[in-house]
Parts: sequence; structure tokens; C-alpha cells
Amino acid sequence: MLNTGTLQITIPGEREIQMTRVFDAPRHLVFEAFSKPELLKRWFGPRGWSLVVCEVDLKVGGGFRFVLRGPDGRDMGMRGVYREIVRPERSVHMESFDDFPGEAEVTSVFVEKEGKTTLTVTVLYPSKEVRDAVIQSGMEHGAAESYDKLAELLSSSQI
Amino acid sequence: MNISQSLDATFAALADPTRRAILGRLASGEASVTELAEPFAMSQPAISKHLRVLERAGLISRGRDAQRRPRRLEAKPLAEANDWLEHYRQFWEQSFNRLDNLLDELKAKEGQRALKKRRRGKHRPEKQ
Repeated sequence: MLNTGTLQITIPGEREIQMTRVFDAPRHLVFEAFSKPELLKRWFGPRGWSLVVCEVDLKVGGGFRFVLRGPDGRDMGMRGVYREIVRPERSVHMESFDDFPGEAEVTSVFVEKEGKTTLTVTVLYPSKEVRDAVIQSGMEHGAAESYDKLAELLSSSQI
Repeated sequence: MNISQSLDATFAALADPTRRAILGRLASGEASVTELAEPFAMSQPAISKHLRVLERAGLISRGRDAQRRPRRLEAKPLAEANDWLEHYRQFWEQSFNRLDNLLDELKAKEGQRALKKRRRGKHRPEKQ
């Protein structure tokens, strides 16, 4: 059993990434936080990033549009279409990034037990090429983030 | 090693439980194919197939001993291959830590609403 707050990432197949996380809240609240723009804007994105565009049309066939702005002012846009919604336990959507061709299928499952919610997100890429392109973009952004941290560390060590 | 190659390496290594176990075994020192096959209910050719995947991905190499041909772990590519996974983890860990705070707030709000509702219920005169 996973502890609250611990993120587990596994690779169940060559084109798949799976992520599991336990939240100390009932699943209707977790599901809400994943689907309401005013709530998404408050948590989606790593430190220093903000969700400057967030539109969600939560219905089968409906779409979403996110734009994340980085500390360097660079934008990362993504969009998708919902395939399946079983509120508040499961959703499936297709997801793609503005800068890359190809889309991934993302399945989110919310399981509640004793007031805590276990979220399992499975990302399935259509090909190795798409997988590589998407992850590569994540790496670039991740690298920018680590440089920021380094800069922070260096400036704080100045006397 | 470019990013695509290191991604291939990561996925090749981690997507299969046998290959994860082989890498785990090699982390404690080099081993021959026979030694690697021992803990698994698998034939040597089946193990060799996994070893070829790992070798192509640059994660293991063969030792000099011509008879035993021991396999050993190539630590550097594996470390590089795991870099992106760390970035991915960072993205979500930082997002989810923010989400934890938001959920605490939402729970508190919901609790207050429930309390108010109960209070209102108490003060309201009973319906006749």
C-alpha cells in the first residue's frame, strides 16, 4: 500500500508510463480538482510555472486546452478530447502538445478508500517516436527548472 | 547516447520484470548466462533474448572471459536513461504537492458547509 504523498512511476510497457499517487481527500474532491479550471490553475504545473490558459469542456467528445507558462516566459500548450467520463471514478482522454505531432491516450482512475483517494494515471503513446518527442519536451522544461533551482541556490549562498 | 537511444534503453530495461531482475542481479556483480538463468523458470535461450535487448540498449556488456562470457552492468547509460524519468517525476511531484494544499482547503470548506447545514437544521422549526 502506497503512503499518502508518495508518487510512484512505473513503466508497464514499451509505450506506456503509469503514475500512482494517494491523496488525503475523498475522490469527488480530487476529481473536481482535476476537472475545474479555477482549481486546476491553482496546482497544475511544477514550481515557477503557471497555467495561463485553462479551458475544460467536461463531456464525452468535449475538449480541453491548457497553456503552461514557464519561469523564462516560454509557453507550453497542450490540448485534448475526452473519450470517457465516469464521474468521479474514471476518465479517458486523448492528449497532444502544440509542438509535437501525435497524441497519447491518458486513462485516470480514482479509487476511494477510508477517505483517501488513490489516483492511477496511465499514459499510452501511439508509437515510440511520439513517446520520445513528448518526453524530450518534458526534459527540456525539466532542465530549465533545475537551472532555476541552481540559480536560486547560488544567489542564496552569496553573502 | 542521444535522448531517443536513452529512452529506448530505459523502456527496454524497465518494461519487463525479467529484465528488471537481471539488471538487479548484475548490480551486485557480473554473471554468466547460466548464473543469470538460475533464479528464473526460463530456458537459457529465453534469458539470452532478454540479454540481447539489454545489450542493444547499451545497458549491459560482455566481459573478456571467452568461456563464461560474463555480462556486466553499464552504469552510465542506465543513469542517463533515468534522467528523463526524474524530470517527469519532478513535474508531477511539484504539481501534486500544490494539489495536496488545495485539497486540504477544499476539505475544510466542505466541512464548514456541512456544519452550517446541520446548525441551520437545528434552529429551523420542525415542520408541522
